[in-house]
Amino acid sequence: MLLIPCPYCGVRPELEFSYGGQAHIARPQTSASAEEWAAFQYERVNTRGPHAERWRHTHGCGRFFNVVRDTTTDQILRSYRSGER
Amino acid sequence: MAEIALRRPPSPGAGSYWRPLPPCARYALRVNLVDAAAAAGSALPVATAACRASVQGDWAALWLGPDEQLLIGPEPAGAAFADAVASALQGVSHSVVDVSHRQGAIEITGPHAAALVNAGCPLDLDLAATPAGFCSRTVFAKAEIVLWRRGNEHFHLEIWRSFMPYLAAFLSEVERELPGQGGSRGA
Amino acid sequence: MSGPWRSASGGSSIDRSRPVRFEFDGRPYQGFAGDTLASALLANGVHLVGRSFKYHRPRGIMAAGPEDPNALVTVRRDAARYTPNLNAAQVELYEGLMAESQNRWPSLHFDVGRINDYLSRFLPSGFYYKTFMWPRKAWHGFYEPRIRAAAGLGRAPSEPDPDTYGQRFAHCEVLVIGAGPAGLTEALAAARTGVRVIVCDEQAPPPRTSPADSAGEWHDIRAQLAVMPNVTVLARTTAFGYMPHNMVALTERLTDHLSAPLKHVPRERLWQVRAREVVLATGAIERPLVFPGNDLPGVMLAGAARTYLGRYGVLPGARVAILTANDEAYRAAVELRAAGVEVVALADLRPQVMGRLPEAARQAGMTIRTGTTTVGTRGDQHVTALGLCAIGADGTVSGAVDWIGCDTVLMSGGFTPSVHLFSQSRGKLTWDASLQVFVPGAAAENCRCVGACAGEMGADSGGSWLGALPRPEGPATGKSFVDWQNDVTAADLDLAVREGFRSIEHIKRYTTTGMATDQGKTSNLNALAIAAQRLRRAIPEVGLTTFRMPYLPVGFGGLAGYARGELFAPVRKTPMYDWAAERGAVFEPVSLWQRARYFPQPGEDMHQAVARECCNVRRACGMFDASTLGKIEVVGPDAVEFMNRMYVNNWSTLAVGRCRYGILLRDDGFVYDDGVVARTAADRFHVTTTTGGAPRVLAMMEDYLQTEWPDLKVWLTSTTEQWAVIAVQGPKARAVIELLVEDVDLANAALPHMSVARGRVCGVPALVFRVSFTGELGYEINVPADYGADVWRAVWQAGQAHGICAYGTEAMHVLRAEKGYVIVGQDTDGTVTADDAGLSWAVGKSKPDFLGLASLRRAALVDPNRKQLVGLLTSDPNVVLEEGSQITATASLRPPMKVIGHVTSSYYSAVLGRSIALALVSAGRSRMGQTLYVPTRTGESSVTVTNPVSYDPKGERLNG
Ligand SMILES: [Zn+2]
Repeated sequence: MLLIPCPYCGVRPELEFSYGGQAHIARPQTSASAEEWAAFQYERVNTRGPHAERWRHTHGCGRFFNVVRDTTTDQILRSYRSGER
Repeated sequence: MAEIALRRPPSPGAGSYWRPLPPCARYALRVNLVDAAAAAGSALPVATAACRASVQGDWAALWLGPDEQLLIGPEPAGAAFADAVASALQGVSHSVVDVSHRQGAIEITGPHAAALVNAGCPLDLDLAATPAGFCSRTVFAKAEIVLWRRGNEHFHLEIWRSFMPYLAAFLSEVERELPGQGGSRGA
Repeated sequence: MSGPWRSASGGSSIDRSRPVRFEFDGRPYQGFAGDTLASALLANGVHLVGRSFKYHRPRGIMAAGPEDPNALVTVRRDAARYTPNLNAAQVELYEGLMAESQNRWPSLHFDVGRINDYLSRFLPSGFYYKTFMWPRKAWHGFYEPRIRAAAGLGRAPSEPDPDTYGQRFAHCEVLVIGAGPAGLTEALAAARTGVRVIVCDEQAPPPRTSPADSAGEWHDIRAQLAVMPNVTVLARTTAFGYMPHNMVALTERLTDHLSAPLKHVPRERLWQVRAREVVLATGAIERPLVFPGNDLPGVMLAGAARTYLGRYGVLPGARVAILTANDEAYRAAVELRAAGVEVVALADLRPQVMGRLPEAARQAGMTIRTGTTTVGTRGDQHVTALGLCAIGADGTVSGAVDWIGCDTVLMSGGFTPSVHLFSQSRGKLTWDASLQVFVPGAAAENCRCVGACAGEMGADSGGSWLGALPRPEGPATGKSFVDWQNDVTAADLDLAVREGFRSIEHIKRYTTTGMATDQGKTSNLNALAIAAQRLRRAIPEVGLTTFRMPYLPVGFGGLAGYARGELFAPVRKTPMYDWAAERGAVFEPVSLWQRARYFPQPGEDMHQAVARECCNVRRACGMFDASTLGKIEVVGPDAVEFMNRMYVNNWSTLAVGRCRYGILLRDDGFVYDDGVVARTAADRFHVTTTTGGAPRVLAMMEDYLQTEWPDLKVWLTSTTEQWAVIAVQGPKARAVIELLVEDVDLANAALPHMSVARGRVCGVPALVFRVSFTGELGYEINVPADYGADVWRAVWQAGQAHGICAYGTEAMHVLRAEKGYVIVGQDTDGTVTADDAGLSWAVGKSKPDFLGLASLRRAALVDPNRKQLVGLLTSDPNVVLEEGSQITATASLRPPMKVIGHVTSSYYSAVLGRSIALALVSAGRSRMGQTLYVPTRTGESSVTVTNPVSYDPKGERLNG
């Protein structure tokens, strides 16, 4: 069970969080092509190594934020607020 | 004219180390704290430090998120208090929602308070990690709670009303293990 | 009375003044307080304790700790407290303990399953895969049930578990696993710095009074730790799982060692410990030697014999032969001889033996046969002789065999560090060429290994042997076991390599070596060495299989913890639950909620009750508890904009005080949720969701708000439990509530259908909605939840004069189906668009964006042949179709048939005097009036496609 650093609350147990999938996938404009929409909705990478992903501190401050986690070791390299890079 | 309805919160009983608290008024205040401070200054009873509660008189403000406070106070003054908050925040975008009946509270006290909480809650209850004044939404077994540490051996748990019987039954079960309840050492 | 197998004195754990009676396989025995079941059995001369898994060979006690692969027993307290697969070396003796051997029939001494042993040349590795594949169909019907009946160890208890199980989350700076010398030293050092320390050990705490030997120093440390407030010492506690970020799972056994369970003490407690640093002081496990007949009762690890003698005063036999490749075994020789045991042979595989311990043995007068191997043992149910044979200078074995008569064979192949937990933590193991074992390398977590676990074996423990022992050319005289618990022999591993397996992971799975409940604690390294030798590769090249949790088997009860019975999951009840329960309501679970399904009157079944409730609502009125509906308060200057982006509807045109039926899509264009939305102020919406959808709708809203549109000034607050909701529906609804409501004009003009007003009901603040999910005149009274029970009773009282009834979710479903109102999740399934559901009228088509808008342009989502919601009327009005039934366009088809849709909702409508159904049918709206067919269990029903609305199609009744 991971310890996840929430940018607002500090380090908390994984039980308080929900996973939000790959980070930094922007929602296209309505006018975007079907391919862009398909990519937004369905296409995700399957990274081996550092992976930027979203977590929500659901049972905490409620904020979505981003985490870089090494998928081979589960070590969390950093966390930062939504909208930051 | 029909009879006046009475407030009947869930009545889950009580244990040796825990008891439900009487009904009170609660508001979910949502506002950007920076905006709020600029507009209302110290007139507004909010907690500015993350995961800390601020108590002013009868009212407590629990920091639950960067733009979220849970305000708890005595019921009779509830509506007036909400109005005061709204007027202090005039001109600042915010949201005040009455959640007085959404949840209830259970208080856990005594030397085994932390052990009781840690039977279902994964937070580190060492005073260095969660000192008196700490508050946060968290989990207790399969329910979500707001945990507010009022003293070293004094916890206040907020829980949605339909989860109250579950929390109470859970605490009763754990309490049987504690010293003084015929059980062994508590943890 | 000590018996012939107890030493005259000694035994640091036992109390000879406290005899303890116990039973094994129904026969009474006596041991001492402090014994384990294993030590007590040995003290009674009982060596045969189980039958092996596959061949049913007689097996004895081989080890003195958790690594023992043989002595699996069932311990029974009563019919419900019946625990199989316990390790006898870990079962602490208590007065009246009842244990049974396993995997034997009819008895331990005569087991017909032993036939497998004599047929064993027909039972090689992969036997099941090879044999039972033909005929293919026989696998499920014939072979598998019989194999399963013959397989497995022990029986599961048949009664519910009467014990309780606890759980704790704990945090510490230092978690020390293993309270041996290395662990205790670390624990004390850490504790003295003042940080929180948890020390756990799987064994019972040693007794306070202990002989003044080297153990005294460690008792002193234990005593110091026991009184330090920052230290928690957990005995009988096994660390079984090492999870990421230094979370370690421990299971503490609190009552299994007591003669009766304690009422207020859980049987076990699961600790989930988060440690800043973990110190692994888990020690090392002695390796057995692989030679023919090494599994006979009486063959034991040398270190185990020392433990039984030193800790329990138990003599493993009278005439002991010792075969070793490690110096530690000489301690056993010296100590056993001092205790009066005859050491009939002392043999060492190594050509030269020069350590301090062998020297001590020589000085005690013992002769060491160096460069000696064994050709095997003799004996049927107990070892009677060990055949020793010299190893030539070239490594071959050809000389005469010297059969040594003995009743015990002690063996030692050296020590394997217990790196299980380190490996679980994803730490890397490295090969130590001098020790010939894997030792901890680079750690993945903040953890350290100390003592024998780290390969620090001590100066006197040199020497090791890996793999099968050298033996003469030609066929072996018996099986050489590598994995005792899964009955895997050296020959099985040879066969796997001969058949082409190269990866150790494949060899493991093919032979099942290391896959038993002991997880190969004594076998992994020998198996690896044999495979490597056959593969002609070095051991580190072949690599080790991965260690998995749990380190030891953990009972289900301990894992479940408190989550049993009423604590299995929260059961959510509305404020009106008690009223409904008092009136005999039948409830149904809806997500975690218990909702009243119907209110049967005496003598009514569900069908009758629902029919009465439906007719009552349409004729007079009914009241319904709608409190479980999800509610979200959307507040802020951008509330309208946010709602416009989330829901398909156009909210800009919704006036304050009015309501609208909202539809929420996902961005893929499919219906996600629905519900009535009220605008209660310019910047405030009261949004309702489905009961089950409440949490996920709020989560999805927060996701878009926080990550796509963080600029919007709007906030979301769940008010699901703030409000109790009382729906009053039917032509008399207004008459029922008007005397209870203050400050709200209930007249049609003031509060028309789909509107909302603030006021008071029964003197308390209320939101009164004029809405209908029945097609009748209807109101939904929202009052703060703690008032719900009283207001409900007041409405009930007021309704008596108007013939009100309480109705449940079942009648609600029928009433809405008569009106063609969909239920998300029943008439939709995640592949249904708003248009498919006949709801395109709600879509604000001029809006620039909303969830799902882009997807709605996709060709597949506007295909005219998509399944569309329609009504179905059966030709026989009494036939109620089964929900989920398939629909075909032509009659009398046989599978496989072309299916054009399926039934989503189906009920008997008492009001209409016939059955009704909703269905999703390909191009359904173009098929009005067509006859379609629904295959049923007994044949086929013909149905006519209709409009989904089968009652009051013009909607006139909504206006009362
Ligand atoms: Zn947080």
